[in-house]
Amino acid sequence: MDQHNSSPLTHSSENRSTISESPAVTVKHVSITLGERQILHDISLAIPKGKITTLIGPNGCGKSTLLRTMIGHIWAHGRDNISIFDKSLNRYKADDLAKVMAFLPQSPDIPKDMTVEELVYCGRYPYQRWWQNTAEEDRTVVDRVLDITKTNHLRDQLIPSLSGGERQRVWIAMALAQEPKLLVLDEPTTYLDINHQLEIMELLKRLNEEEGLTVLMVLHDLTQALQYSDYMAVLQDGRLITSGYPQDVMTEDLLQDVFRVHGSVDVSDKKGYVKITGLL
Amino acid sequence: MKQVSNRKVYRFSVLIILCALLLGSMIISLVFGSTSVSLVDIWHTLWSDELTDAGAQIIWNIRLPRNIVAALVGACLAVSGAILQAVMKNPLADPQIVGVSSGAGLMGVIILILFPGYDYLVPMVAFLGAMGAALMVYALAWKNGIRPSRIILAGVAVSAFLGSGISALLVFFGDRVQGALLWMVGGLAARSWPQVEVLFPYAMVGLALACLGAKRLTILSLGDETAKGLGLNVEQTRFSMTAVAALLAAGAVSIAGLIGFVGLVIPHILRLIIGNDYAYLLPGSALLGAFVLVISDTVGRVAMSPIEIPVGIIMAFFGAPFFLYLLRRDG
Repeated sequence: MDQHNSSPLTHSSENRSTISESPAVTVKHVSITLGERQILHDISLAIPKGKITTLIGPNGCGKSTLLRTMIGHIWAHGRDNISIFDKSLNRYKADDLAKVMAFLPQSPDIPKDMTVEELVYCGRYPYQRWWQNTAEEDRTVVDRVLDITKTNHLRDQLIPSLSGGERQRVWIAMALAQEPKLLVLDEPTTYLDINHQLEIMELLKRLNEEEGLTVLMVLHDLTQALQYSDYMAVLQDGRLITSGYPQDVMTEDLLQDVFRVHGSVDVSDKKGYVKITGLL
Repeated sequence: MKQVSNRKVYRFSVLIILCALLLGSMIISLVFGSTSVSLVDIWHTLWSDELTDAGAQIIWNIRLPRNIVAALVGACLAVSGAILQAVMKNPLADPQIVGVSSGAGLMGVIILILFPGYDYLVPMVAFLGAMGAALMVYALAWKNGIRPSRIILAGVAVSAFLGSGISALLVFFGDRVQGALLWMVGGLAARSWPQVEVLFPYAMVGLALACLGAKRLTILSLGDETAKGLGLNVEQTRFSMTAVAALLAAGAVSIAGLIGFVGLVIPHILRLIIGNDYAYLLPGSALLGAFVLVISDTVGRVAMSPIEIPVGIIMAFFGAPFFLYLLRRDG
């Protein structure tokens, strides 16, 4: 049990050797220009399989854009240089991609008139064919993901009636109903209070450890990024500054150079934390 | 679990009730008119092979086909509106407001006035006009995504632009406008079996395609990013469903002219009753649209008899205030 609760930091260190093998997502020399502005400059990055990876960086650094580019929502020059599970993004059919990868946007539209169960069933969409009856399998999966995300008691509630934390768990349940190997989230904790933030982070950690789910997300909170990720990539002004293990990446120099704040980073403790002391 | 199945039962019962209402409205509309016909006579007429008297003639050759045309037109416009609202992410979308009807109208008038020998082409050409107008509105409103207010503004502009084209044609070819004018006014007077034959295939194909796309529309209503993440080809869905909406609108417009507000009001009433699941919303809209148009047409025939009020006027009379109500509510 103790082993199980071991911090993600040590967890990653133990598996250091496996990280470079067969990444979940690979990006090679990708650039993006929107209008006059170049948003991403020649980015190359590999997201390790079976790990939790976070993208961090100041506002407007291009981390959300990079996230959307990696999953094919934004068309990039060199798109054929992006691959997911060793297959080029170009060679995926839309529904096949949805079976290996699920995406949770930062603030999804809230369906006015849908119950939790109906929404989670939408996650089965990539598997449904009008000539096939998938009802039984769909039901099994939906029941399972409602249990995993502890939303079973909410299944008959309408989405708008849920609290922020509940809603986020339900969206994750819908994403899990796609039975993905890779879950991609854009700032999943932004609009939540601290308790529900940690609840979501713990859920993601549990999914990663118990189900072997690869998690890739953008996070704002540096301490959370440090505590929960196995791997980290830092962006600034559309450029990849550094990537690697959190305890190597998260340094006082990084806080100054990238985030323009004074602070200290403590990784001696199992969890690790970032303490910000003031503006630069 | 239980409650969800209750939701299904509830939604299904709404559809059944709508079926009953539609049937009832069609019977009522057979009975009432400048001459009243008894239910017994109607029954005999429907099931006999010969049209024995004047009453039977009225039922079989005038009221019944007109009824069917009204129901089909109502169903087409309502479903077209429901689809456009989903595709354009806009609660105020409607074939007339976003210019689809004007597109169909302009092309129809061009055929009727400039190529009078090719009447049979009207529905097909009207479809092209409707599709062209929809794409034009979409292209004009597209700027880093779709914003509801821009759709309406672009729609009004396109509608006015195409409408001026129609007016110009009517002015320049004043000697030939008779047929076109009758068609333009929008109404169901003198619609009979030939119109049923033209409209029926369009309506059936359009409604079937719409229902096949219902699931995709529901996924689309979750928002573009979520829909993409679920493996829906968002742009292709938009395009193909717009085509279906244009087909339905064109079918209706080429038979009944420009009838507004059906496509706006009906899906909205139904959303309040049955919710946003397109698997129920689309068939429900078809039934309610058919019902409302049959009733409105009957009122138009009977209210100021012997003068007939075109059904387009009745729809605008009730629909316009409802549109304003929606505009205020959705801000």
